[in-house]
Amino acid sequence: MTRIALQALRKEYAGQVAIPDLNLEIEDGEFFTLLGPSGCGKTTLLRMIAGFNSIEAGTISFDGTVINERPVAERNIGMVFQNYALFPQMTAAKNVGFGLQTRKIARAESERRIEQALESVRMVHLKDRLPGQMSGGQQQRVALARALVIQPALLLMDEPLSNLDAKLRVEMRDTIRQAQRDAGITTVYVTHDQEEAMAVSDRIAVMNLGVVQQVGSPAEIYRRPANRFVAEFIGKTNLLERDLLLQDGKAIIALGSGQSIDVTNLIDASASGRVQVSVRPEAVKAGSSGLAAEVLDETFLGSHSQVRARLETGDVVEFLEFSRRSELWQSGEKVLLEVDTDLLTFFDAETGVSIMSGATA
Amino acid sequence: MKVGARKPDGWTSIALLLTGGYLFMVVWPLMTVLFSSVTNADGFSLDGFATFFSSRLYYGTLLNSLVVTVCVTALAFIIAFPLAYFMTMFRIPGNRTIQVLILASMMSPPFIGAYSWILLLGNNGLITRWFKDSVGIETPSIYGFAGIVLVLTLQLVPLIFTYLMGAWRTIDVSLLEASESMGITGLRRALTVITPLLLPTVLGGSLLVFVRAFADFGTPMLIGQGFRTIPVLIYSSFVGEVSIDRSFAAAVAVIVIAVTLAVFLIQKFIVDRRTFSMTAMRPIEPSRLSGWKGWGVYLYVYGFLVLALAPLVVVVVSSFRNTLYGQFVAGFSFRNYITAQRDIVRYVTNTFSIGLTALVLLVIVAVLVSYLTVRRKGPLTGALDTMTMVPYVVPGLIIGIALITAFSQPPLVLTGTFAVMVLALAIRRLPYSVRSTTALMYQFSPSIEEAAVSLGASKFRTLVQVIVPALAPGILSGAVLSWVTIITELSTTLFLYNTSTQTLSLGIYAQVIRGQLGTAAALSTILLVLTMLSLFLLMRLSGEGKEIRV
Repeated sequence: MTRIALQALRKEYAGQVAIPDLNLEIEDGEFFTLLGPSGCGKTTLLRMIAGFNSIEAGTISFDGTVINERPVAERNIGMVFQNYALFPQMTAAKNVGFGLQTRKIARAESERRIEQALESVRMVHLKDRLPGQMSGGQQQRVALARALVIQPALLLMDEPLSNLDAKLRVEMRDTIRQAQRDAGITTVYVTHDQEEAMAVSDRIAVMNLGVVQQVGSPAEIYRRPANRFVAEFIGKTNLLERDLLLQDGKAIIALGSGQSIDVTNLIDASASGRVQVSVRPEAVKAGSSGLAAEVLDETFLGSHSQVRARLETGDVVEFLEFSRRSELWQSGEKVLLEVDTDLLTFFDAETGVSIMSGATA
Repeated sequence: MKVGARKPDGWTSIALLLTGGYLFMVVWPLMTVLFSSVTNADGFSLDGFATFFSSRLYYGTLLNSLVVTVCVTALAFIIAFPLAYFMTMFRIPGNRTIQVLILASMMSPPFIGAYSWILLLGNNGLITRWFKDSVGIETPSIYGFAGIVLVLTLQLVPLIFTYLMGAWRTIDVSLLEASESMGITGLRRALTVITPLLLPTVLGGSLLVFVRAFADFGTPMLIGQGFRTIPVLIYSSFVGEVSIDRSFAAAVAVIVIAVTLAVFLIQKFIVDRRTFSMTAMRPIEPSRLSGWKGWGVYLYVYGFLVLALAPLVVVVVSSFRNTLYGQFVAGFSFRNYITAQRDIVRYVTNTFSIGLTALVLLVIVAVLVSYLTVRRKGPLTGALDTMTMVPYVVPGLIIGIALITAFSQPPLVLTGTFAVMVLALAIRRLPYSVRSTTALMYQFSPSIEEAAVSLGASKFRTLVQVIVPALAPGILSGAVLSWVTIITELSTTLFLYNTSTQTLSLGIYAQVIRGQLGTAAALSTILLVLTMLSLFLLMRLSGEGKEIRV
């Protein structure tokens, strides 16, 4: 229902630049996530969209209308906070009804909508409870209902699951995703948890130091990270630094143990010099041929193991072991590692920028 | 995160209004005192200060006050520390009741203590007479230094005790267990582990004790006789028993403020450098005591309780004794209440009308100031915050003098009005009220407020419908506590009342001075009952085990 455009946005705190120059477009009805480490500016940006933070330069527009000067109360947003921020003296139903009250909705209509909103988060049975009598997960459900009931133009969520325990987090994120789909409300979601971001988002903007590193679907960001920061932040990866050899119109990278890969069709024609090869743990498996390595240790995690091994070049590589071996790998054991070249990505060693062909730099 | 983009809005005007009000009602009156301390009829003059330091009769009062204050502060600590230690570490029958009674003795009007000890140990006191008649021994005189120290110490031990108990609640039992695992127990643990942790609180509490003991007027006035402290000097030179010398009284007032301010700054300097934050996940579990140790501890705790409550019991009993020309005679009846009923009605009505008006003003200003200083940090609100703390270091008597100096002449004549009484009481209590409300405001998450705003509520609506109701329990208990101190306040309003604005505490003072001991006892009993009822209400409001801060 609402398209959001951020143009040349700038944020400063007492002379310190938090966001230098930011451009983003968020589509109508999209579940859009701002993902990054703490201090990357994602919450700052969310609060600028909400109207709690000032804007030093640039514009924020909803459906083409610049709303920089519009007060928070008039932006028609629903917001969900990390610490739930329920009004402690009001029952669940009163909390949900607060926004309707300020909108002067008729009583019968209001009650129907409160009931419906609580229903959507499965909290109707606790509507007369005070926040103090609810668990964290229940409080956050009420907070979500409170944000959705006003049928906002935009739903903003600031790390809504961070205060919940691991199991509840998974359950709650499905609830959030479902409620957002049903309501079809454009949503901006902030998190530092990449797994959470992948699970709920239509698109993700990975941020670092106030700069958007990459925007894309969860799969795009994981498979074709725009730079080394994204590759390392999203999932795990092993970085091997090598020389790019250009001979006979071919681009070759020698990985070690006499193993070379032809990357002519994978990387940009202009690339040269030192490169970093990003090898996801799932791109490596122990086999009958490949890179010679020595096992360092194995961490057993139930469904799989994480094994660390040192290559002859000295690089330490982590890979996943899914086979149901009865014994764990022993430290010092020799192993040959096969690498699936389809799953590799390549970066310029100096700039860290992707040199994959057709990469969005 | 900071709330950004602050354009002038409704809050800015409220901040300006409050600052203006404070400058006019508090800062300006105090400036007039400062001004009159360095002027006389001919212009600039330091005669007031010169007079003060010229005679031992005058500067001696400062020394007297300092000696009393230091003795009282030290004694109060020596008595309060074991009391708090025993109450926390050991299971003592009636623990909760004991705490309530200690609180009650602390909140009872200070001068009732003095008056009651006169009834017990004065020239014609119960105990004095008993010793003289049946044993034939002269008991030592209660008047003078010893009496002041006795009364003030008993009055202030509960204050430090409450502070210590509060601090103790923040100590996690694991700290004690850790020291025990390293072989440090008992007294050594109390001194090396617990004491340093309590120190910031102790220093904070000691300032309050110091200021209270230093500035107390009622006790030395009633029981001091020849031993004059500095508040008594201010009083007598201001009301001008011999000659009215405003410049001299003002000079003494300035000296008193200088002393309390110095103590305040030293304390702040020390406390700021050694504050640590602790929250107890698991508070200390009291253990059972047996044998002679147990009896010793019980004797100490109950013994103190008897001493602290004795004055209150004496006053209540005395109020039912028959009197002749103000002096107690044999027999019991309700005569003291009946003969003074017209006065009683007047005093009680005034206490409620003036007290409640002051309370409402106080709560509104405290909520606004604390909201501004917590959520709207800036130069203006910073200045406002500092200004509200001013009366903290200014004794009540001097606030009274300041108001009477500033508002006894045009443009605004307030002397003798209802308004000036309300104003004085509100100003006096404001620093405490602002502090406690600010603490509440800090605990209140900003995102709750943002949630309200994001749901379309205006700033005013957010304050009235969300913030104040959410903080209501805390604000209400703070208000009840303020109410108790307002109805027992004496020195601030001493210069400001007339017969139509005389409150209960002023009435008691007047009756004691006039020698109407029966009426004074009856009035004191009523004031005590009021105080106890208020405290009972406070207990109900704040619930079990909650900390009560003064």
